[in-house]
Amino acid sequence: MEFLLEVEGLRKSFGGVAALSDGRFQLRAGSVHALCGGNGAGKSTFLKILMGIHMRDAGSIRRRGTEVTYSTPAEALAAGIAIIEQELSPVPHMTVAENIYLGREPSSRFGGIDFKTMNRNAQALLDRLGFNIRASLLMMNLSVAQIQLVEIAKALSHNAEVIFMDEPTSAIGEKEAQYLFTAVERLKAEGKGIVYVSHRLSEIFQIADSYTVFRDGSYVGSGNLADTDRPSLIRMIVGRELGDEYIKTNAPSDVPGLEVSGLTAPGKIDDVSFTARKGEILGIYGLMGSGRSEIFNCLFGLDRTSRGSIRIDGEDITVGKPADAMAHGIAFVTEDRKSTGLNLTDSVRSNICMASLPELSPRFNMDRRMEADASRRMVERFDIKAARDTMPVSDLSGGNQQKVVLGKWFLRNPKVLLLDEPTRGVDVGAKREIYRIVCAFAEEGGTVVMISSEIDEVLGMSDRIMVMRRGRSAGIYSREQSDAQSLVHLST
Amino acid sequence: MSSTEKNLPSAWFSSERRKLIIQEYGIFVAFLLLALILSLSNEYFLTAGNISNILLQTSINGILAIGMTFVILTRGIDLSVGSVVALAGIVSASFATNSSTAGIAGAPYSALVALPVGLLVGIACGAIVGIIVSRFAVPAFVATLGMLSAARGMTLLYGGGRPVPALTPEFRWIGTGNILGIPMPVVLLAAIFVISWWVLNRTRFGRYIYAVGGNPHAAVTSGINVSRLRLLVYVISGGLAGLAGMLLSARTGSALPQAGISYELDAIAAVVIGGTSLSGGVGRITGTLVGALIISVMNNGLDLMGIQSYYQQVLKGALIVGAVMLDQKRNQGV
Repeated sequence: MEFLLEVEGLRKSFGGVAALSDGRFQLRAGSVHALCGGNGAGKSTFLKILMGIHMRDAGSIRRRGTEVTYSTPAEALAAGIAIIEQELSPVPHMTVAENIYLGREPSSRFGGIDFKTMNRNAQALLDRLGFNIRASLLMMNLSVAQIQLVEIAKALSHNAEVIFMDEPTSAIGEKEAQYLFTAVERLKAEGKGIVYVSHRLSEIFQIADSYTVFRDGSYVGSGNLADTDRPSLIRMIVGRELGDEYIKTNAPSDVPGLEVSGLTAPGKIDDVSFTARKGEILGIYGLMGSGRSEIFNCLFGLDRTSRGSIRIDGEDITVGKPADAMAHGIAFVTEDRKSTGLNLTDSVRSNICMASLPELSPRFNMDRRMEADASRRMVERFDIKAARDTMPVSDLSGGNQQKVVLGKWFLRNPKVLLLDEPTRGVDVGAKREIYRIVCAFAEEGGTVVMISSEIDEVLGMSDRIMVMRRGRSAGIYSREQSDAQSLVHLST
Repeated sequence: MSSTEKNLPSAWFSSERRKLIIQEYGIFVAFLLLALILSLSNEYFLTAGNISNILLQTSINGILAIGMTFVILTRGIDLSVGSVVALAGIVSASFATNSSTAGIAGAPYSALVALPVGLLVGIACGAIVGIIVSRFAVPAFVATLGMLSAARGMTLLYGGGRPVPALTPEFRWIGTGNILGIPMPVVLLAAIFVISWWVLNRTRFGRYIYAVGGNPHAAVTSGINVSRLRLLVYVISGGLAGLAGMLLSARTGSALPQAGISYELDAIAAVVIGGTSLSGGVGRITGTLVGALIISVMNNGLDLMGIQSYYQQVLKGALIVGAVMLDQKRNQGV
């Protein structure tokens, strides 16, 4: 049997340290293959070698049985291997068609671009794939999921036979994800091979046929997903028994911690009310753009509200800017740690201390001993894996970076913790630690409000769940009342 | 998912530490090498007179570059400092001139009046720019380009296009006097350097500057008043430009309307050579000082060798670009 792609014994070291020691992989035509592994498992290095970004130290790559070597992404693309990266980079002020044919525009008789042919070809391609997108639209007017679809179309316009998708759903909602999966099914039916990289196991079980697991830079195992189950896959990924995925240790009290009523921000959210009790984890589920994050922005003074009241511990508070919210004991772990959570040019220690500088500099001068001590406490408490806390935070894995953000806020001893997608891009092992930290906080009487677009996470962690739809609350349901179907149904 | 994470525990003391040392001290090594070469090739270079001369030449650019460092660390730029030098110089001079026509009064005011006036002019220019940048979200490049033109125009309007001559000896003392044999401009540069070092490295305000430059969004969500901080860095830069303007007119004895032209470029050059990133959040004040020294030492060395000053400009250009090229290479990993 001939494989679209077959890799054996792939090896790559950086500066004498092995990032990948034994990469193995087989991709069949007309299949979706999940590539699984925690952060640092070597998946990225593996992809980068196949795409011709890194050169391998050893091993063989066979494309339809022939030994190949790609030294640039262009060569890989020419050989029919395309990648849809996690961080999409569209050119926002160009049209969909221009983005698809970037660098390969059909030329007109006088050497200009033949826009008519280009638009027609692009539209034909999009239609064939069943994507409901107009080729003449500007990229900046598309949703993230639509941009993903355009990227897929772009890959196929290169006649790609092997398509890598690196965390394609990390920035899109459940409904849009389903849309993407339909496209994946269609590609599969056309005989393409899709390599699907994701931390979300429920998705893997939904769309993939087979899997390969990497751990610590080497191949651990592979097989058909039909022959395995979630716990065994997790065991392979983390390499040890983890027990239950969601361990709830908190018990909600009857004392309200955060009361929000009639919160309104024109064009964003409309008349949102809820009460989160002490010791409770209140989940917020909703699609992208349903107003989930906007609630937090309003509570934290980042967005203006026109109406509504906020009470903490039964006392009315007014929040005009983040500093006000912080003074009342609110902490906000933002959605995207790289763009709004961390200062990536600075050290772990500075990032941990960033929201507590007034407390750490009682006089105008910084108290450096207090700073180092605060940082050490948080690193120990959350088991942040860093060689030393003065190293750049950008050198940490996603899970550890997220723990640095948590550390930054826990240093302030918050009363109310607002979490926006707290485990995005975090591997299975680190996810669990974050769940443990959050539960422990609630257990000690803290109030937690958590947004997540991962349905398992919302169901597994929350005591009650508020569903958001088009800027309004579609109701608050208890843990027992909810299941995945009802949440998706309510949110759309 | 990256490999860096894994190689750290075992190898940080070798390659990681080496990279750190180059990053922190590369510019000092370059400076010492330059000084070594010059002292070997010219016996006059290391004399007390020449060293004092170099420091004096560094003082004005050094002071401007320190202000510029605050601004650039927050991802900004201040193109207006050269014009502000001229405006503050001429306004303060009009309070301290013996000339009956150029002064604003019949008799000169005390330097204790004239000096604060010059500082205030600089601070006011910085505050205007700062408000435009922080409240109206105008890019710093544009706002300060506007001030570059406007302040130059105001300078010409204020003095009617004529210089203000015959400054009082009292006022001139800040440019020509000395403390324990050290020229006043050098004393001032040293004092400003020490204070700035302390502010940037040891205070909350300094941490905020690095945080805002590193990631303004994260700074906002951490409760930092980013807008006020942006305003303040332009006030600092403007105030220091005001001081530099007074030093310049005090040294020459008269304030010229065309003073300070293209000083902003030398200040930016010193900051960039000193290793501060134009994209903000990364850089050191000591680097800026050494960057300013490198420029003066290079000019001085070329003077001593009798090389035409036009070459100095060409070499300075190459130095700026070369320093950043090295920086980029370094950041890509050793």
